[in-house]
Amino acid sequence: MRKLRSLRHWFYERLGGEAVFSFLRKKKVPLHRYSAWYFLGGITLFLFCIQVATGILLLLYYRPTPEEAFESVRYITAQVPFGWLVRSIHAWAANLMILFLLAHMFSVAFLRAYRRPRELTWLSGVVLLALVLTFGFSGYLLPWNTLAFFATTVGTNLIGQIPWVGHWLMVFLRGGQDVTGATLTRFFALHVALLPALATGFLLLHLFLVQIFGISLPPSIEAEWEAQPERRKEIAFFPDFMARELMAWYVALGLLGTLAAFRPWSLGTKADPFAPAPAGIRPEWYFMFVFQTLKILPAYIGPLTGEAVGVMAFGLAALLWALLPFFDRQAQGRRARWMTGVILFALGYISAMTLYGYWAAR
Amino acid sequence: MWVGLSLWLMVPPVVSAQNAPNSCLDCHQQLDPPLQVTPESWMGSIHQQKGLSCISCHGGDPSSTDPAEAMSPARGFRGHLSRRDIPKLCADCHSRAEYMRRFNPSLRTDQYAQYLTSTHGKLLEHGDQRVAVCTDCHGVHDIRAPTDPRSPVYPLNVARTCARCHADAAYMKPYHIPTDQFASYTASVHYQQLVNAGDLSAPTCVTCHGSHGAVPPGVTSVVNVCSTCHVFQAQLFERSPHRAAFEQMQLPGCVTCHGNHRIVHPTDTFVGTGSESVCVRCHAPGDPGYNAAATIAAHLSQLVTDIDRSAQLLNQAARSGVEVSEAQLELGQARDALMKARVAVHSFDVTTVDQNIQAGLEITRRTYRAGLDALAELRYRRRGLAVSLVTIACVLAGLWLWIRRSHSLSHAKED
Repeated sequence: MRKLRSLRHWFYERLGGEAVFSFLRKKKVPLHRYSAWYFLGGITLFLFCIQVATGILLLLYYRPTPEEAFESVRYITAQVPFGWLVRSIHAWAANLMILFLLAHMFSVAFLRAYRRPRELTWLSGVVLLALVLTFGFSGYLLPWNTLAFFATTVGTNLIGQIPWVGHWLMVFLRGGQDVTGATLTRFFALHVALLPALATGFLLLHLFLVQIFGISLPPSIEAEWEAQPERRKEIAFFPDFMARELMAWYVALGLLGTLAAFRPWSLGTKADPFAPAPAGIRPEWYFMFVFQTLKILPAYIGPLTGEAVGVMAFGLAALLWALLPFFDRQAQGRRARWMTGVILFALGYISAMTLYGYWAAR
Repeated sequence: MWVGLSLWLMVPPVVSAQNAPNSCLDCHQQLDPPLQVTPESWMGSIHQQKGLSCISCHGGDPSSTDPAEAMSPARGFRGHLSRRDIPKLCADCHSRAEYMRRFNPSLRTDQYAQYLTSTHGKLLEHGDQRVAVCTDCHGVHDIRAPTDPRSPVYPLNVARTCARCHADAAYMKPYHIPTDQFASYTASVHYQQLVNAGDLSAPTCVTCHGSHGAVPPGVTSVVNVCSTCHVFQAQLFERSPHRAAFEQMQLPGCVTCHGNHRIVHPTDTFVGTGSESVCVRCHAPGDPGYNAAATIAAHLSQLVTDIDRSAQLLNQAARSGVEVSEAQLELGQARDALMKARVAVHSFDVTTVDQNIQAGLEITRRTYRAGLDALAELRYRRRGLAVSLVTIACVLAGLWLWIRRSHSLSHAKED
């Protein structure tokens, strides 16, 4: 036991333990009726770490060619010890990560945590959202099954609708005119090299900014505590908040394990580029609202195709969403009701179109 | 007159039928049936499309609007053609290879020669004009190519065309042959394959009976007819003890067990000693054939049961999320072995059938094992999950207790 303690002290001294732990002890987390929302960012981070770990394990066996991709995933699922678990956890954690990321984003929006001086934290978060969605899009193709192949074909077709640069971008992403082995290679490189590098950089920036500016207080709580200072309550980030965060992480871990055991991710059938697209092809749930919107738009709106208008509209909406902190000048200390309406509309639209997409596909 | 007409017919029409005046059609479209010929029916005819006209068969002068002139024997008019003369008239063109090759070099020109050997042809020669002649099957003024789906001799339509006479009990009474062939055929697997599955290569009347040379296949030659498609079954039958026995008893091969027109999809109950079995029609309990039938049926049944058992287990594992696609693929080979065993039944030899049965059983043993292993893996996963969840619950409980303790300690400090 003494040897363990002296080993711990050896590393503590050499890794700047004093500086790190004194900062963590000083860092405070406000405790109020909205504090539960603070856990969502940490859960998203935890799931990202799960993705990295399981992704590295999958990398040991996965082969990114059309001839071997599907077979290597089948080998992982059927032959590799606990391969089924790693693969299912990777697939489920991807979906859960996006779900918690969206929940985190909307909770930050509703609680106005993007206010000055946290605008860059919000912007880095939006970039992380785009990177995570690209992770999902690129990773979906890698098993090279029928659904993945045609979902990628449809998805990259939509990218081709962007005016001026769309066609070039589509060809660049696909590595040619159609989805082929070149697309698989590209998406693999994107998924395991470029995106992780970018995501790590932006994640570190995001976490750094959260650390230096601390946890944001919602405007209503700020006003309450200003009026009644005795109601102010805070806990230390370390170890108190971390302990609670750890509980949430363990619950997420249990959920992942349960999903992997009871609803293992299916292998599907190997992609056949010469076969027609299966009836009712649709994207994963996090792209469903975009897909469904484009489906219901008319073929032409003015001189442009409905799809081009839809893609541009979503691009504009994403840009406005990223610039949200710069529109919400009035929220310093007061809630801007119109902004709440905008955020509610965004949440409602995404939810409704997602549900509609699944209902229409029945 | 016939020589003159033939010689006259050898000269191709100088004026294209599309452009030449046609008083025949002008008048006859206004008449009532049976003299009516509508432009729609004639324009759809392959004869019209190839440049023939009314005078090609009927003679006369279509350029004249005067009926007396148009239908004058002096102008070659032959009038209504007798049924007896129709085959020969058609053969004047259709039997001449050098004439027909300008229209379709691959078209056969032996239809008339075949017709003369057919039951229809022979009866016609003896003066029976109720039998089928060319126009009965191919049409009169609206003759279409046999590859045209609207033709009465298109594969999908052949049976119905034959049934116009052969299903008419009153019409067929003088010939003392059954008239239930069409009804039986429509209940058959061949008809289902042709009509429902759209397989134009599935047999219809002409496949077994011939078209122009239509005769019922003989007792000894019916196997040859069936063997054009069912090659393996026929080969096995030829080498089986049934071949000589059937010949001796004047029983037709294939038809004795499977029927001729109402050939239904055989099931495993055809073989064996059950009430639906065909074997018991001849074989009595105790004789070698009876015992062989019982053994073959039992072995087939065992393989079917084993395949179903493996499939059920593998499906259960697959539904639960365990990857068993390789085993399911392998089970397909067991189904192939079953199919081969069912074909091998036509050898009527237990050893020959068992070669395929044993191969199938070996596969089902492996796939059943794979299914059991998959379910064991599933139970292992669920147990592992339970252990993990208990561990997680313990950690959560520990953390919660630590948080509570930490919370009460900090309250005590504040006090």
